[in-house]
Amino acid sequence: MPLLEMDNVTKMFGGLTAVHNVSFTVEQGAIVAMIGPNGAGKSTIFNLITGIYEPTKGTIEFADHHIEGLPTYQITASGIARTFQNIRLFAFMSALDNVMTGEHARMKAKLWDSLLHTPGQRKEEAQVQARARELLAFVGLEGDAEKYARNLPYGSQRRLEIGRALASEPRLLLLDEPAAGMNPREKEDLMDLIRRIRERGVTVFLIEHDMGLVMNISERVTVLDHGDKIAEGTPAEIRSNQRVIEAYLGKPA
Amino acid sequence: MLQRLASLPRSRQIIVWIGLALVLVALPFIDHNDSHFNLLADAGVYVLLALGLNIVVGFAGLLDLGYAAFFAIGSYSYAMLASPQFNIHVPFWVMLFLASGIAAVFGLLLGAPTLRLRGDYLAIVTLGFGEIVPQTFLNLNKYTGGPNGISSLDTPSFFGHPFGFASVPYYYVILALIGVGLFAAYNLRDSRLGRAWMAIREDELAAKHMGINTTTAKLAAFAFGASFSGMAGCIFASKLNLVSPDSFQFSVSVLVLAMLVLGGMGNIPGVIVGSLVLFTVNFIFLPQANNIAASINLHVDFTNYRFFVYGFILVAIMLFKPEGLIPSQQRRAELRAGHAKTEPG
Repeated sequence: MPLLEMDNVTKMFGGLTAVHNVSFTVEQGAIVAMIGPNGAGKSTIFNLITGIYEPTKGTIEFADHHIEGLPTYQITASGIARTFQNIRLFAFMSALDNVMTGEHARMKAKLWDSLLHTPGQRKEEAQVQARARELLAFVGLEGDAEKYARNLPYGSQRRLEIGRALASEPRLLLLDEPAAGMNPREKEDLMDLIRRIRERGVTVFLIEHDMGLVMNISERVTVLDHGDKIAEGTPAEIRSNQRVIEAYLGKPA
Repeated sequence: MLQRLASLPRSRQIIVWIGLALVLVALPFIDHNDSHFNLLADAGVYVLLALGLNIVVGFAGLLDLGYAAFFAIGSYSYAMLASPQFNIHVPFWVMLFLASGIAAVFGLLLGAPTLRLRGDYLAIVTLGFGEIVPQTFLNLNKYTGGPNGISSLDTPSFFGHPFGFASVPYYYVILALIGVGLFAAYNLRDSRLGRAWMAIREDELAAKHMGINTTTAKLAAFAFGASFSGMAGCIFASKLNLVSPDSFQFSVSVLVLAMLVLGGMGNIPGVIVGSLVLFTVNFIFLPQANNIAASINLHVDFTNYRFFVYGFILVAIMLFKPEGLIPSQQRRAELRAGHAKTEPG
């Protein structure tokens, strides 16, 4: 059963078509990737899924519910979390507070609970904090809980962003170029982390430029070029696909 | 020393607060000069205003330049509902809550159309709101007494004992309200809503992806901020016994904002110290400076140099301690880090 299903989705910005009639599905429990040259429309796809943009045409279904046009916060609550291409942590909040903020959608405290610190609120705060520490440990940042996000090294910031996204207990995790700027060692760790995330029952959908990582980790790959889906298949199929090679390297003369 | 106070763990901070509260409660038994408590009560009104504005600007990062409007709304609420003006006499204690509720509703009314605005744009709209409100009170002659305002407001009483002309009862009320304000501000800061505000301040788009309904969170900030101001207005009006539109000029909004900047935006003890320092400069030091100058036959009216003095203090602070007197850790880190904060792509 597909967890996410995009059906003939088009997104136009004025006269510019950023995404054109793209359809694909993400199966429950899979690790899938989307690749394509710069400007192919990959991040736009993520922004469409998370409700930053509304599709000009087409539908997006998540766990059998239409989510196109819903506000972002509701989409997060329904079980989709993401990271960003340019890290967007809460720079001047501690790593722990970043992850605790990620749990917002799963918290129940109402305005009055926040104002009065009711017993229920205190209990929930304690649970949320314990869970946040657990997640920090899961992404390997247990020693950095009190540090400001901005003071963490680059690789740790990427991992903190993943931890923050996991805090909303997503069923689907969208990773936007998670390996960008990482050295080979960090990439190894990242692949290991992504596999462990899948073991938690989270479906992973990533955009990535690093072919080594994509081919190594993903079960299916979708290729976008100029807003069109030009190929879809297993990493082996994609590697030998003529159109993909042309999109990346140009047509042979 | 103040710096260390701000970095104490929360339990210790509470002990410091309780100690301070006991001293302040005992003060009228030691010092019998009522004029001191007149000044302290007035200072308390500004502390309350600053605590409220800190929720909007310091916590949620929404720059509000029209905060005095809510102060005006709180004051006029009391003046219209507890005076011979319409012969309505709602008890003071009820009015405290009613005025803060009315101000909160206006906070929502201001908040709703400005939700899409950020930074400079929001500042301009709130500036406009801050101008419209006193102007409206000025022009609604029939209801507000126009430029003369409304006078002979009801004197509050406590279990049948009228406050009379003494300042000490007002001082105690203000003290209690500041206590409530501190409780609310600290609780909100360390809560789901407080984290949501800070997340919006840091990165609104990312905040939405955390499942935060940024619309309701921002409206809550405006409403809470305004409710503090409404309460402050209510006690301000009752203490002064009259209201007039010129008490709520733009300079009041700027003064309260300057208190935040001076003390350390976002940090509650800092905000209190900032408001006390600027209050002292404005209402104690400058009038005294006149007396001192007069005594040595120097006839200069220093009150005319008020803004020069503010300006000088603020410029000096910005140069030497840009994070404020007692900054929050965040703000110190932020300003010491320079402007390296990366803009989202």
